[in-house]
Amino acid sequence: MSTKELTVDILVIGGGTAGPIAAIKAKAKAPHLKVLLLDKANVKRAGAIAEGMDSVNNAVIPGHATPEQYVKEITIANDGIVNQAAINAYAVRSHDMIRELDSWGVKFEKDETGDYAVKKVHHLGAYVLPMPEGYNVKKVIFKQLRKQGVAVSNRLTTTRLLVGNDGRIAGAMALDSRSGEFVVIRAKAVVLCTGAAGRLGLPSSGYLFGTYENPTNAGDGYSMAYHAGAELSGLECFQINPLIKDYNGPACAYVTGPFGGYTVNAKGERFIKSDYWSGQMMLEFWRELEGGNGPVFLKLDHLADETVTKIENVLHITERPTRGLFHAGRGTDYRNDLVEMHISEIGLCGGHSASGVWVDEHARTTVPGLYAAGDLCNVAHNYMLGAMVFGQIAGEDAVDFIADKELPEVDEAVVAAERERIFAPLLREEGIPPTQIEYKLRRMVNDYLQPPKVTRKMLIGLQRFAEIRADLEHIKANNPHELMRAMEVHAILDCAELAAAASLYRTESRWGLYHYRTDYPERNDADWFHFVEVRKGADGRPECFKRPVPPYLYPIDADERDAYDQLRVDDSVAA
Amino acid sequence: MPTIENRGIASVIVDPDKCIADKGCRVCIDVCPTDILVLDPAQGKVRMAYDECWYCLPCEHDCPTKAIRVEIPYLLR
Repeated sequence: MSTKELTVDILVIGGGTAGPIAAIKAKAKAPHLKVLLLDKANVKRAGAIAEGMDSVNNAVIPGHATPEQYVKEITIANDGIVNQAAINAYAVRSHDMIRELDSWGVKFEKDETGDYAVKKVHHLGAYVLPMPEGYNVKKVIFKQLRKQGVAVSNRLTTTRLLVGNDGRIAGAMALDSRSGEFVVIRAKAVVLCTGAAGRLGLPSSGYLFGTYENPTNAGDGYSMAYHAGAELSGLECFQINPLIKDYNGPACAYVTGPFGGYTVNAKGERFIKSDYWSGQMMLEFWRELEGGNGPVFLKLDHLADETVTKIENVLHITERPTRGLFHAGRGTDYRNDLVEMHISEIGLCGGHSASGVWVDEHARTTVPGLYAAGDLCNVAHNYMLGAMVFGQIAGEDAVDFIADKELPEVDEAVVAAERERIFAPLLREEGIPPTQIEYKLRRMVNDYLQPPKVTRKMLIGLQRFAEIRADLEHIKANNPHELMRAMEVHAILDCAELAAAASLYRTESRWGLYHYRTDYPERNDADWFHFVEVRKGADGRPECFKRPVPPYLYPIDADERDAYDQLRVDDSVAA
Repeated sequence: MPTIENRGIASVIVDPDKCIADKGCRVCIDVCPTDILVLDPAQGKVRMAYDECWYCLPCEHDCPTKAIRVEIPYLLR
C-alpha cells in the first residue's frame, strides 16, 4: 500500500479507442510534453475494440454524404436534443481520420475503383463503411503510440480526479490492481476516455461480465467526472441495444444489412424499416416482443451460401469473434436458422445513444483542463470513429490549454482521504464480497430502471440504491484485484443513482424506448426541448437542471423532424 | 460475517503441455482486459482465477503456443 507520485503535462485516462488517439495527437503537436496514457487493463488490448471493429457506423465521406446530411440525420435520430456544433466537429474531420487510419494500416472496404465502399444502414443517408479485415485496429494504433513516444502505464484503475485549489483539473488518483500501490498523478490537463457505463444493468444471463460493452468499462469516468464537479448530460437517454440473446453481443445488423439480412418477428415478417440502432427502433422492437409477436430474429437464411460465408468471415473474425463459437454450440447455422435476438440491459453511453459527460465542440468539459472523448462524452451516436476524432480534438486542445500554465496546487487532505477510501475494503477484517454487492445492485437496476420507466419504481429503486450505499461500508476485498472490483461497484452505484435522478427529472417521453415513461408517455417539446444535466450539488447530492439546445447550424424541416418516429413497417401498431 | 466459497467451471482452458509460462511467458496474463489469468506458482502454468471472462479472445489469439481455448461461459451457452 505504498504511494507512488508521477508528474506529467497531459494525462490521458483510458487506452481503448479515444485515449490512444488523444495521446498520439497531443504528442505529435507538442513532442516536448510529457504525455501519459494509462489503462486499467493493457493498452495493447484495451477497450471496446480489443478485437477490432467490423464497420465504421458513421463515415462522412465526400461523394457519399456531407457533414450537413450527417448532422441532420443524427439530430433527427436523437429527437432534436443535440449540440450540432459537436456533431459537426466530428463530421468535418471524419474523412481525414479514415484516410489517416488507412495510411497507418487499418483496412476499410473499397470498391473496384479504390473508393471507400459506403453502405446505407441509417434511415436516411449512407454512412456505414465495412471493415471486413478490421481485426488489427488496436495493433496499428499501438504502433503509432510507440512511434510518437507516448508513455504507457497499464493496470491502473483511476478512482478520482484531482481538482486544484483554483478549480482547474490537477491530475488523478489510481489503484494499481496488481501491486496494490496507490498512485497520484499530477497533470496540467486530463483527457478522460474511460468508455461507457457498461456494467450498469445485469445481463439476462445473470453473468456479471456477459455485457455488451467491454466490462472493464464500469462507469468509472462518469463517477469521476461527477465527483470532480463536471456536468453530465442526457443520463436519462439510456443505451439499450438489440443483441443476440444470451450471447449479448451485436448480431450485427450493420454488417448483415448491406448483404440483405434483416430483423423479423415470430411470423417471419419484417416490422421495422431500418435496423440502425435508435431509441425509436428499440421501442418498436420492444413492442414486438411484448405484444405477442416475439421472439424477434435476425434473418439470414434466405441469402446465398457464399453471401453467408462472407458474413461469417466478418462476424466471426472481428469485434466479437466468439459469435461463431456461440452459434456452433447451439447448432445455429445462418444458412438454415434464424438468430434469436433480445433487448440488452441498460447502460450509459455517448457513442451509441447520447448519455455522457457534457463536452463542447472542443471536447472541453465544464471543469477547466478536463476533457472527455469517446463513449464517455455526450456527442450523440459518435461510435468508434467519433471517439477517435474527439480524442484528436481533446489531445490537440489540451496542448493549447496547458501552454504557460503551472501545475495547480492541490489540497493534500483530499489525497489522504482518497487513499483511505480506496484501501478501506482491503483493511477491514471481514465483509461482503464485491461481486455479491455488484450482483444485487445491477439486478435492482434491471428491476427499477429498465424502460418502460415508472416513477414509483424509480423512487423505490433510489431507496434500494441508498441501502446498497450503506452496504458499501462493509465491502471486503481480499487482494488488489478484488479491491479494483470494489471501487468499480462504487462507480456503478453512482451511475445508477445519476441515471435515476435524470430519468425522474425529465417528465416526458423521448428517444423511443431509451426514455419511455409510462406516467408521461408523450414527447413534450414545449417544456423539454432541453438537455437534462446533472452535477454534484452543494449538498453532495445529484442536482438536475436544464441546458438549452444551442441554435442549430443546419435547421431541420418540419417534415424531416419525425422521420425516426416512422420506423414501423406500414405504420401498423403491434401492442 | 462468515463467508462461503462459490464454485464454477472455467471458460478459459489452458493446455499445460503447451503453456510456456514456466519459461517466463506472460502474454495472456498481460492482454486479458479483466485480468483474470494468473500464474499458478506450483505448476508454473497459467490458470483462470476469476469468473470474469468477456469471451473476447485476445488471450487465445496472442498465445504464442496456441495453448489457450476460450469457451462461452456456461451461463450464456
